[in-house]
Amino acid sequence: MENRPLEYDYTIAKMFMLTTIAFGIVGMLIGVILAFQLAFPGLNLMLGDGLAEYTNFSRLRPLHTDAVIFGFTLSGVFATWYYVGQRVLKVSMAESKLLMTLGKLHFWLYLAVVVAVIVSLFAGVTTSKEYAEFEWPIDIAVVVVWVLFGMGIFGLIGIRREKSLYISVWYYIATFLGIAMLYLFNNMEIPTFFATSPSGESGIGAWYHSVSMYAGTNDALVQWWYGHNAVAFGFTVPIVAMIYYFLPKESGQAIYSYKLSLLSFWGLMFVYLWAGGHHLLYSTVPDWMQTMGSIFSVILILPSWGSAINMLLTMKGEWQQVAASPLIKFMVLGSTFYMFSTLEGPIQAIKSVNAIAHFTDWIVGHVHDGVLGWVGFMIMAALYHMAPRVFKREIYSKSLMAAQFWIQTLGVVLYFTSMWIAGITQGMMWRAHDEFGNLAYSFIDTVTVLHPYYAIRGVGGLLYLVGFLMFAYNIYKTMSSRPVEERELQNASPMGA
Amino acid sequence: MFHWLEKHPFFFAVGVFVVIAFAGLIEILPNFAQASRPVIGTAPYSTLELAGRHVYIKNSCNACHSQLVRPFKSETDRYGHYSLSGEYAYDRPFLWGSKRTGPDLMRVGNYRTTDWHENHMKNPASVVPGSIMPAYKWLFTNSADVDTVYAEQLTVAKHFAVPYNQEVPMKDGSVKNVKMANSVAEARSLALEEAKVVAADMKDQDVKDAVARGEIPEIVALIAYMNSLK
Repeated sequence: MENRPLEYDYTIAKMFMLTTIAFGIVGMLIGVILAFQLAFPGLNLMLGDGLAEYTNFSRLRPLHTDAVIFGFTLSGVFATWYYVGQRVLKVSMAESKLLMTLGKLHFWLYLAVVVAVIVSLFAGVTTSKEYAEFEWPIDIAVVVVWVLFGMGIFGLIGIRREKSLYISVWYYIATFLGIAMLYLFNNMEIPTFFATSPSGESGIGAWYHSVSMYAGTNDALVQWWYGHNAVAFGFTVPIVAMIYYFLPKESGQAIYSYKLSLLSFWGLMFVYLWAGGHHLLYSTVPDWMQTMGSIFSVILILPSWGSAINMLLTMKGEWQQVAASPLIKFMVLGSTFYMFSTLEGPIQAIKSVNAIAHFTDWIVGHVHDGVLGWVGFMIMAALYHMAPRVFKREIYSKSLMAAQFWIQTLGVVLYFTSMWIAGITQGMMWRAHDEFGNLAYSFIDTVTVLHPYYAIRGVGGLLYLVGFLMFAYNIYKTMSSRPVEERELQNASPMGA
Repeated sequence: MFHWLEKHPFFFAVGVFVVIAFAGLIEILPNFAQASRPVIGTAPYSTLELAGRHVYIKNSCNACHSQLVRPFKSETDRYGHYSLSGEYAYDRPFLWGSKRTGPDLMRVGNYRTTDWHENHMKNPASVVPGSIMPAYKWLFTNSADVDTVYAEQLTVAKHFAVPYNQEVPMKDGSVKNVKMANSVAEARSLALEEAKVVAADMKDQDVKDAVARGEIPEIVALIAYMNSLK
């Protein structure tokens, strides 16, 4: 036993890999539909008048964001945790029956919650808060899922052989704590079902309905403290955790600088939470908070670029790998998009820029260059790295992977460039006055002008979806059609084969 | 210190938590005392208006429409007076939105009519040529859920002291008393009384008939809410 290498148990990682792919397809497909609905409104009736309620833009929009955030991304985070966690802590899930049971419970309950979310959002049961649309019964289930995730993390840490926590583990711990804090405070709500009328009736109306504990400006403040940092702890922190593990593993290079990772980690933790105020510039929240949000957003460039530069410099002297391996391509371009997105965000958070950018498609573009270019690429890269090891088979097709990379890159570029133009055009038109000081454009003028950009964006999104389907196919073929290797591939990159 | 933390996960987690919780404590808590005080002229939502607000939320209107007028000349020209914090005192949840695919609706009640909304919801392009907004025809047949609205009114009156059945000052010096019912049956009839006023200005015969039968189609509630946004 002592002399044999550890056999890791990837049962749970595999289950989450499958949901990553399934929810990725669902979320991105809905996204593409939404994009084309804006360009061609007739698509709101794609299933006819009778089902219009369930196929129109506004009902689908929260489904898109939540499927991608809580379906695709979170599944990816969980899948990588159940893979990376064991390996960097040098302990197998199989060693603890309890952790294994908790992990399975985590998966099945998570799946049940996602299904409940999909059903409730289709039905229009929503609190309206972005990325926190779920009513209280689902919120409670989410908390249970999250606690199970936390028990999995700290349970595994508790029985670890490697005493020092690797950088990725820092980020997974931060993901757990950050989301826990944000989600709890933002979803404070009172179920209305338990109210009693003066004439003594109770149990009135829908049992799942609730009302927010916060009103108006305070509600907005808490919501965007949550909304912005859900991006931090869902789209940044765990993705950084992934790249700190998978890039060195795949490339065979050591992390460039430990000190830089320290600086970026603690810097990110401290700075990120302040920046939520930039969603509320020129609103009715106090000025000092808006200014703080603005300033800290700019400071946020430092820790973000710290991580990204650390990753890029990890490839120092090994740049030929970028040309040779599509997997390295995904990660290197992912880091680059991360840098790009974390520079763009602070620019949009400067008050005078935000005056134009806020409420426009430029913000949508910003989200997507981060999410498509950074989050999506990194999660797919992680799964590509994991697949040969958990399924003990080589990746089905390297050329398919390379083709996918270029198709998706083109898709991302079309997406953000069209949204930049759309956003800035609309922002400038809203504020334009004519020579007499009257508004130069009616609102509808600023909508119809966007048609070509909406169409281009739709094509960009479609290309990304096509790439994702190629990814799904590649993984499926890897799972099913290649001969099983004798044992887990220990070191060689699948690309080396 | 960092090396030590990396070997002691508990203290590491505590450290991370302190660092991330710090910003929230300083940024968010101080504002809670003052920001939810209503300005003069802000009254709680009536039963039908709140039902309309539920329809607005159910259909995620906030995905495309903001309710926040920023203090710029171009915005006050287009939408009216810029937003004041106290105007949102009874908004649970807030509905500022984050994207203006369509125009802001903070003060839509000042410049659109029941008739306009009715046509617009049936076929947006009929009143705004070139509009990319989908039609919302099901609002004309689905019924509003007044019971849940009533439960919400009871909840906010009890827990957040929302002044139902009390006089609140209006801008012109008068007072307004927004009624909340004593029972579910009374809540339904209060909402129906309001619905009759709205339906009187509408053209759709099916909606008029439904209201005459004692039903409240979602469109009636939504228009009541739109008209209340001033």
